[in-house]
Amino acid sequence: MQRPPPATSAVCAAPVIELRDIERSYRSGDVQVRAVAGVTLSIQRGEFVAIMGPSGSGKSTLMNLMACLDRPTAGQYRLDGVQVQTLSRRQLASVRNRKLGFVFQSFNLLPRTSALENVELPLFYSQPPVGLRERHRRAREALETVGLGERLTHWPNQLSGGQQQRIAIARALVNRPELLLADEPTGNLDSRTGIEIMGLFQALNDSGITVVMVTHELDIAAYCKRILIMRDGRLLEDRRSERPLRAAEERARLDREEHSAKIDRTEAPC
Amino acid sequence: MLRALAATLLAMLLRIALTALMALRALRRNKLRSSLTALGIIIGVFAVVAMVAIGNGARESIQAQVANLGQNMLVVFAGSRRSAGVNQGLGSASAITLQDAAAMRREIPAVTAFSPEVSATAQVIANGRNWSTTVAGEAPEYLQVRDWQLSAGAMFTDRDVSRAAKVGVIGSKTARELFGPLDPLQQTVRIGNIPFVIIGVLDSKGAGVGGQDQDDRILIPFSTAMERITGDKYLRSVYLQISDAAHMQSAEEQVTRLLRQRHRLSPGTDDDFNIFNQKEIADTVATVTSSLTLLLGAIAGLSLVVGGIGIMNIMLVSVTERTREIGIRISVGAQPADIRAQFLIEAVTLSLLGGLLGVVLALGAAHLVSALSSNFKAIVTSGSVVLAFVVSFVIGVFFGYYPARRASLLDPIEALRYE
Repeated sequence: MQRPPPATSAVCAAPVIELRDIERSYRSGDVQVRAVAGVTLSIQRGEFVAIMGPSGSGKSTLMNLMACLDRPTAGQYRLDGVQVQTLSRRQLASVRNRKLGFVFQSFNLLPRTSALENVELPLFYSQPPVGLRERHRRAREALETVGLGERLTHWPNQLSGGQQQRIAIARALVNRPELLLADEPTGNLDSRTGIEIMGLFQALNDSGITVVMVTHELDIAAYCKRILIMRDGRLLEDRRSERPLRAAEERARLDREEHSAKIDRTEAPC
Repeated sequence: MLRALAATLLAMLLRIALTALMALRALRRNKLRSSLTALGIIIGVFAVVAMVAIGNGARESIQAQVANLGQNMLVVFAGSRRSAGVNQGLGSASAITLQDAAAMRREIPAVTAFSPEVSATAQVIANGRNWSTTVAGEAPEYLQVRDWQLSAGAMFTDRDVSRAAKVGVIGSKTARELFGPLDPLQQTVRIGNIPFVIIGVLDSKGAGVGGQDQDDRILIPFSTAMERITGDKYLRSVYLQISDAAHMQSAEEQVTRLLRQRHRLSPGTDDDFNIFNQKEIADTVATVTSSLTLLLGAIAGLSLVVGGIGIMNIMLVSVTERTREIGIRISVGAQPADIRAQFLIEAVTLSLLGGLLGVVLALGAAHLVSALSSNFKAIVTSGSVVLAFVVSFVIGVFFGYYPARRASLLDPIEALRYE
């Protein structure tokens, strides 16, 4: 995937995400719940970040804030140099469309809609509009990037979970976003497929795309370059991984182990 | 600048077309539900178009009957006479004379033909049978005024009138009653013991506006009728043909003035005659049937509104069912307006498809009615078809807007979590 060159070098130097004292609180009956209680954080271009934490720690809420699906109740959020928290609904929609790609735990593909059309969906809402042929071309390209060049006309329910998540990733990539956000992307997948998906994220990250993902699995976080740990709406730990696991190597190791396990079984007496 | 505008417009149209395609696909997924929803609109549009078609047909049919009376016809009736407080009815007053009729013909330039009329009910005898019929004394121009043809023979002439000849022209129904299959021409018919020679047979004209059978009568010269049958010097009525429909009103006024003057009626007293203006009747009939058609259409229109509520109901269900889809679309960057347009176009597609089917059904029904009935045609006008489409479009927009707006205002996070 090639990204268009940034407009100015000043923008290029700025972090992709810059959060300052971000808060998000809800009213739940009479109780004020602070899901995110003041997070300050910046993520540079090219980073691969995992956000971890127990359930209720506010990691998903933080993710929704970064994804411009939600608005902070306090604090400042600069996305790619733009103050986001003051934007209107329409402007936020436009930001999501142009700058962000979002991957969900439950894939969230449109049912009874072909893989190609699912991937084309963000282009449908692009401004200025993208022509029909260009739309096909870019969707195809994105599907090839995730290794699904053939199953273009299949419906999601005809594909495996890993394939569905690949389609979802292709959909997130099709608009050439600055930032790929993923909420438990491997949560609904078996560990082998999970590693495959992590491999795909690593490959995308290697090509220059910034990736931020929420996960509660340490195994998965081990593939990321930077790990943030949240608790009670606050950032507890911000640690850089010296040597993150490489998904390709892990898979090869897994294959080897499985192979020897098979041999053990065949050699064992009945 | 213009080119950029054209490009934007084109892109917008493309987007609407693609959204419409998407809507069609969504509707196809729920075939039964979509059909049942559209059924409300189908029935509504069918009812409106069919009712208006039947109303139009009724008007045409009544107007044809009024036109059947004759062309640009004024009939001056002698007024009613009161005798000891009892109204004797139209034509009972001895008011209009032959001289009055002649004066109308002479002094009103717009009159192109006229026929003084006297009439009586008489027992007629011929061919060994007898029959009670209307004997009408008329002038030769009567046929022209009434736009009536002969199927055989000839009308009596002015000469017959001046010498009070005992000749007659027989109506087709009377001829059938007296002569059966025989040719009535040159046969003798006795009217109150006076023998008349039949010299012509009237074409069949069917029922008149009042429902009476116009074919049951014998026409004889008015002079003969006055001398031999009624023995009266007063006329029952005078038929006048006016040169042009536009002059009907002024001719009617001139007749009124002339007769009031001749009858020396002082201002403030009632006319001793009545004028039947064919155009006025035709106009009244047109107004009455138009308002009747409007009423029928309005009642049928109510069912369209009910159909619209059905659309709104189903669209609300659809928005709820597809909450997750809406969440996905919002998360990839759909504007609220995009979501609104999607559901609005779906509603409009549903209502327009319903409208189309309704019109097709109405056309079929109109065809069927016209084929089954000989003298009545249901007339579907292009205006009512266009109106049906416009109304179904408006209903789609009106009843689709609220669900569409609700969809566009969904919170993306809630929507994505929706199971």
